[in-house]
Amino acid sequence: MAGGGRNPAGSVAESEHRVTTFAGQPLEEQIAQWRAYVRRRRVLHDADVEELEGHLRDQLAALMGAGLAPEEAFLVAVKRMGDLDALSREFARAHSERLWKQLVMTPGGPEAPAAAGRAETLIVLSLAAAAALAVKTPVLFGIRIHPDEELPRFYARNASLLVFPLLTLYFRWKRGWEAGRGLWLAAPFVAGALFANVFPFRPGSQTEALTMLHLPIALWLAVGVAYVRGRWFANGGRMDFVRFSGELVIYYVLIALGGGVFIGFTMLLFNAIGMNAAWLAAGWLIPCGAAGAVLIGSWLVEAKQSVIENMAPVLTRLFTPLFTALLLAFLATMAWTGSPIEVKREVLIAFDLLLALVVGLVLYAASARDPQAPPGWFDGLQLLLVLSALAVDAAALAAIAGRISEFGFTPNRVAALGENLILLGNLAGTAWLYARFLRGRGSFAAVERWQVAYLPVYAGWAAVVVAGFPRLFGYR
Amino acid sequence: MELNKDLVAASAAPLVLAILADGDSYGYAIIKRVAELSGGRLQWTDGMLYPVLHRLERQGYVVSQWRAAENGRRRKYYRITKDGRAQLAAQRRQWQVVDGTLRGLWLKASTA
Repeated sequence: MAGGGRNPAGSVAESEHRVTTFAGQPLEEQIAQWRAYVRRRRVLHDADVEELEGHLRDQLAALMGAGLAPEEAFLVAVKRMGDLDALSREFARAHSERLWKQLVMTPGGPEAPAAAGRAETLIVLSLAAAAALAVKTPVLFGIRIHPDEELPRFYARNASLLVFPLLTLYFRWKRGWEAGRGLWLAAPFVAGALFANVFPFRPGSQTEALTMLHLPIALWLAVGVAYVRGRWFANGGRMDFVRFSGELVIYYVLIALGGGVFIGFTMLLFNAIGMNAAWLAAGWLIPCGAAGAVLIGSWLVEAKQSVIENMAPVLTRLFTPLFTALLLAFLATMAWTGSPIEVKREVLIAFDLLLALVVGLVLYAASARDPQAPPGWFDGLQLLLVLSALAVDAAALAAIAGRISEFGFTPNRVAALGENLILLGNLAGTAWLYARFLRGRGSFAAVERWQVAYLPVYAGWAAVVVAGFPRLFGYR
Repeated sequence: MELNKDLVAASAAPLVLAILADGDSYGYAIIKRVAELSGGRLQWTDGMLYPVLHRLERQGYVVSQWRAAENGRRRKYYRITKDGRAQLAAQRRQWQVVDGTLRGLWLKASTA
């Protein structure tokens, strides 16, 4: 729909500055086409497209001011903008969190995926089968799971040792480590196996329960090192690992839900013909399924990134206000009634979990956030969440400290105290950096850096609990 | 004279930081300034400036802000931060080492 004449809306002099007055002219259409074409590239966000379009328009104005016809000016301006493929590649490099969405969908070249996909499917399925079998190997040594036993102690201590090495193998293969490299990654698992099994734990002892809880946390870092191909500090790998961990949790819960339904039907069907399938469920389906699901879930996260990539931000957005309200209500009630926090194991664990969850919400919001976006209301809410968590943590710390000074140290209290202090450190740092960011004195990247720099601290403390506590407390 | 691609890439960050050290600016104006200062010999592919700016922002060397432009649209302005100035100073020292070394060699070559 070429309008015929030039620029009906403004004088020639005005057109040098106000390119927008070309509305209705072919040039405006060409710009729109160009914009649509640029938008198709997923690494370029709307704000980037706007910025580039602004540049294009400035360039157009200058070129036309120098006497070029609109069509000529457009051609020159687009040419100067450069090759869009190369440009998106550069953008992807500058914004590795965006690259993450595309990275795994197209490994290698355009022909590679089919064959590579099949190979990967085979490898993952065999690793999952290996994990399922690994869970059953202790039976060969006479260690069984009894359906009526409350907690199979050997299995609870060694669960992560039976599965994580296979996951590490998967990442070693997936990231293409050379045959000889990265063998040192076996070291943490060997050490973990030693610490989980050489100590003479008494049944029901606190130190044994602590080992069960902390060994997976410590070993998860080893998985992470394999995940980032041994380059822990290189470009955004740690944040990718955080995203991977969170999404694995989502997938794992989904698979577990399906598994629960499956087991329910197994019991139901065999019950209908008068047989009890409890031994099958407790001895085989649950342990083997739980082990295999870790590998299958990891594979799904790696392969089907884009399906669920929007889940984490949605969940954080949904639950950040709710948890902020919960913490504030809790603090207000505690202040109003003056009732102290009861220091029991379950309560301590619940508090640690709550704080870990807050850290998780912050971490997850950080991982999904565009670090260049200016501060918004959600960032203010996050700061409020962190501050209220800090207050709750301080109350919990006071309660634990009071308990310790009154009744002395127990493994549980010391472990809980350590975790509390670690989370307190994290939250305090986060609050400080967040406040700086909100006041425009720092960048969001600093919050992100702080969070990922903190990751080894959790694993380190967990390792201390696993390796040091049993002897320190006489296997209590 | 066509400048080597690697050289252009390596000099992009210090150039941008140095221009921003003179005052806030936006992409198009930065490119124009570079062309002016180099007498048109240092030509960037226009689009490539933006990933550089975004990377600098990510590293905390610059901060950005959308402001209204005179043409009724909005424009993303960049401002250098304290870290950015420190980085610029560091880069400057590095370039001076390279420059000084090359100068010495070339002086010798021309007198020999």
